[in-house]
Amino acid sequence: MSTETGQPERSWPLWEVFVRGKRGLSHVHVGSLHAPDAVMALRNARDVYTRRQEGVSIWVARASDITASSPDERDAFFDPAADKVYRHPTFYDVPEDVEYL
Amino acid sequence: MAPVSRAVDSLAAQYILGLGDDALVYAQRLGEWISHGPQIEEDMALANVGLDLLGQARALLGRVGELDGTGRSEDDLAYFRDEREFRNVHLVEQERSGFGFEMARLLWFATYQRELYAALRASTDEVLAGVAGKALKEVDYHRDHATQWVLRLGDGTQESHARMQEALAAVQPYVAELFEDDAASAAAADSGLGVLPSSLRPATTAWVRGVVDQATLAWPEESRWRARGGRDGVHSRPMGYLLAEMQHIARSHPGATW
Repeated sequence: MSTETGQPERSWPLWEVFVRGKRGLSHVHVGSLHAPDAVMALRNARDVYTRRQEGVSIWVARASDITASSPDERDAFFDPAADKVYRHPTFYDVPEDVEYL
Repeated sequence: MAPVSRAVDSLAAQYILGLGDDALVYAQRLGEWISHGPQIEEDMALANVGLDLLGQARALLGRVGELDGTGRSEDDLAYFRDEREFRNVHLVEQERSGFGFEMARLLWFATYQRELYAALRASTDEVLAGVAGKALKEVDYHRDHATQWVLRLGDGTQESHARMQEALAAVQPYVAELFEDDAASAAAADSGLGVLPSSLRPATTAWVRGVVDQATLAWPEESRWRARGGRDGVHSRPMGYLLAEMQHIARSHPGATW
């Protein structure tokens, strides 16, 4: 295995691990680990993160494949939503005979 | 459920003792990998395998104490027997060496144990059948772990291929002993409590051969020398050191708990 610079990779790549618990509906990020490839990453995740029956399903993704928002963009990304309370569905009355809402 | 039989059957106890000692001694060896693996993730993986084996050993040794009429506990058997009374094969007592050696050893041992436990689910001894049913899922994973690594190292770089090939050859002299029948296993097979070790060899070898082929490795030549005598209590040099490390706390402080 070699990096883009052609140098041999000294360490295994980093993988992010997502586990779905028995009662969970979605996979939740639980941490990260090193593994030489995806198949071994799944197995390492099983050994590191599900030793105490934490999960029934595991996803792994290469950390380098994840595009994350930058802390520098936080203001532009998230602050404009702060004063738009009308986007929350709290401004209408629910008729009493509407079930299952 | 029928009550567990407490009748004394010393040959059956000897048979189960061999299985329990294999698991116990290999658990001790695998524990040595903690902080010595290629990555911390592999430390965890091998520690998990070791802990699975330790759990199997506890259940098996507990049954031995019932069947041999001595009433010895799992701890009595693990910590207060001497080398000549251990019935494990030489494969599991060999010193921890390179990672390739460990994967070759684990591949053979886990594959053997998988065939063993699959057969023992039908044991006439309900304790043994129960242990086998639970352990089968564990060793299935152990076999997969070793398989994944042998494939990657064998079909990896020139260096890893050469080292994996050497490791297969280093393990080869210890393989045949796993499949040797003796008086205890013959009696256990006759009564339906156990299986003949020789009957497990074809399926075990077929799996390992499949992995070796797929990993682009050559099947190692049969060695002229091969290990023997473990089931009679005759062990190799590393065994004494292993027992000293495993037993010295329990012997220095008898009855200590924590």
